Amino acid sequence: MEDNPQRSALLVLGCPQVPVQTSIALYLIHRLRQEGVIPVVAGNRSAITLLVVADPKRHYLGEALDLDHAIDQIMDKKRDFDLCFVFIHNDAGVSYAATMGAISRARLYSIIYGEHYDEIVASINFPCISIAAKAVHNPMPLKKMLDEVAPWAA
Amino acid sequence: MGCIESLPYEIVLSGSSFKECRDYIKKKCRESVEVQPGFRIFDTHIIGVPPITIGLDGDFVIFPYTKPCHGTFLLRVEDREEADRLRKKK
Repeated sequence: MEDNPQRSALLVLGCPQVPVQTSIALYLIHRLRQEGVIPVVAGNRSAITLLVVADPKRHYLGEALDLDHAIDQIMDKKRDFDLCFVFIHNDAGVSYAATMGAISRARLYSIIYGEHYDEIVASINFPCISIAAKAVHNPMPLKKMLDEVAPWAA
Repeated sequence: MGCIESLPYEIVLSGSSFKECRDYIKKKCRESVEVQPGFRIFDTHIIGVPPITIGLDGDFVIFPYTKPCHGTFLLRVEDREEADRLRKKK
């Protein structure tokens, strides 16, 4: 039996209409890999395709799942993760984060961004670690918050 | 949630928030049941902030359906079997 099994992280992507999502997702995948955490991405077809096109040789991106399929797998106890990051810029993102918090044993991080990020933060009433910044086109405020929390080191 | 799209559903609310859907059910539906996220309805795992409220009105089931890009829809589907199954949870 392995003494130190590799940890895994699920990145739950939201609608890709806010540009920072793809950038921050790739950055987070990079940092997780540096710490030996296996990243798995779940999202709808558009969100996944943006990552696949940005990383054609899959230097960063590994397994990518359809979002509903990932939820089915967790609910059916076929797999789970140590960490879970949910990307949130609208009410739907909050619903997905609450769902992941209820069905998964993973440590839950909500990554909140967009024009109305503060209203979204205020609407979160379930346990999670929030990483939030007003970021739409410029990923740097969100990157800075992510670096401060450093979830890959937890 | 592929199979939901094949159901003969009626959209009650579209592009709404999860809370708006919950408030609508509590105000307009004769009966309701509360379930946890991941609960299976119409062979699909439901998404939402717990507790998730599902409305019942005769043979109609009224429930929230969330899509990442379009927010939460409130759908109404006539299905006696599913309504009876949910009613037994009360």
